[in-house]
Amino acid sequence: MTIKKRAFIAGVYEHPRREISDRSIAQVHAEVALGALADAGLSLSDVDAYFCDSTAGFGPLSMVEYLGLHPRHVDSTETGGSSYVVHVGHAAAAIAAGQCQVALLTLAGLPRSGRMRGGPAGGGPESSFEAMWGMAGAVTSYALAAQRHMFEFGTTSAQLAEVKVAASLHAQHNPRAFLQTPITVEEVLASPMISSPLHRDDCCVVTDGGGACVVVSPEVARDLPRRSVTILGHAETVKHADNGRIDIVSTGARTTGPLAMAEAGVSPGDIDYASIYDSFTITVIETLEDLGFCEKGQGGRFVLDGNLVAPHGKLPFNTDGGGLCNNHPSNRGGMTKVIEAVRQLRGEAHPAVQVPDCEIALAHGTGGSIGTRHGSSTVILGREDA
Amino acid sequence: MPSQLPAPAPEPTPETEAFWSATAEGRLLLARCDECDAVIWYPRAFCPACASLSVSWIEASGNGTVYSFTIVHRSMGRFREAVPYVLAYVELAEGPRVMTNIIGCDPDAVYIGQAVRVVFCDTGEGSALYRFEPVAT
Repeated sequence: MTIKKRAFIAGVYEHPRREISDRSIAQVHAEVALGALADAGLSLSDVDAYFCDSTAGFGPLSMVEYLGLHPRHVDSTETGGSSYVVHVGHAAAAIAAGQCQVALLTLAGLPRSGRMRGGPAGGGPESSFEAMWGMAGAVTSYALAAQRHMFEFGTTSAQLAEVKVAASLHAQHNPRAFLQTPITVEEVLASPMISSPLHRDDCCVVTDGGGACVVVSPEVARDLPRRSVTILGHAETVKHADNGRIDIVSTGARTTGPLAMAEAGVSPGDIDYASIYDSFTITVIETLEDLGFCEKGQGGRFVLDGNLVAPHGKLPFNTDGGGLCNNHPSNRGGMTKVIEAVRQLRGEAHPAVQVPDCEIALAHGTGGSIGTRHGSSTVILGREDA
Repeated sequence: MPSQLPAPAPEPTPETEAFWSATAEGRLLLARCDECDAVIWYPRAFCPACASLSVSWIEASGNGTVYSFTIVHRSMGRFREAVPYVLAYVELAEGPRVMTNIIGCDPDAVYIGQAVRVVFCDTGEGSALYRFEPVAT
């Protein structure tokens, strides 16, 4: 069974705020749910499937009750930042299988306000061999990957910085972006070293917020007033330490990119716009290579010459400013990756960064750490309305 | 021991008790599959290479090389005041790449490919952590 063109994204919504100290996490879920449903032209009573990650409460149980839903399909697959890219694929599969018609996916989290709840942290069988070395958040293990990438391929800190520079050029057009000021390579390199070779400005922002997405069947999509976006292909995997023979210079995108593109019937050269998970600058470099936009090891060179800069770069990426500048709600960027890809395909990105004639978009999520283990998911979206 | 790094006590499980008892005695053990001879990391009573439940302990040589490393400049909890320190993957002579710290040298002296040897750091709670020091050349 393929999901190709058998489900459509009919509505998306990104919470406008980046600091939300006056709301509960559940309230933010509700706000983004209503936002995406309104965008789609649907209401909560139309929803028959619900998706969220593990920080929403007791799996989907809490939010299904809070929102007053009565779904016939639920899914709370937890793969960290890639979760919501996974959920888009799962929603499409459930719709293609006839299990549901209107799937609501909601994300919310308040880490900036110090109210991060639950989540997959620690406790796994690997943790007692990793927890005592002074790992200071995800940056430490991503730094291990960056250091090795530099060693094997000659990648430089200035090349990593180009990723942040491109994101900042986009974020200047996003009045809601957490960081809106364009930055230079020199400024990135002058920012404090956090975990070598990663500087502060190689890291994504920490923001409160959320987002939602509504995935519907072709029958539902056809009756809706707004332009929908078709789902052409999807894949997911977990890449891990592989019995201690860990490879930290490549990511699960090496698996999911080709699978998703094969299902969609496209190749890297067909992609007009890409949302690439950008927890750190090195995440983007490795993912670009693994998705096939350049040869392995050439990611650092690929990002030079403005290749990532919209609208006219070779591969315009993260035109909302991405996780590096705009938003990384709940420490999970997969949702915002999907949302900006939908904006591009609808022609609703900011005019300064709208890719002309954008027909095929890719959104890729990376959750966990490329320096240890991570979930990886790729979705290919098409402009074709239902 | 030259390191001022905190040494948080590990939390052994029935699956890893023998491993942590050995580090307290100054020995680094590795799990090895009885069926396919794969050296297993992290230690577990299951072979991810061939799905065998029959696994035995062997003693590691304690020798390795730095596979990758980072100098941590901002940290948290017990490690907040310990910066800068080195967190690394060491590739053991037996094959696995293990997460650890490099101690006993200036952080700026660590490099990929550097020969290192295991040392044991007392947690003060009857257990010890395996860390690595550069081999004098």
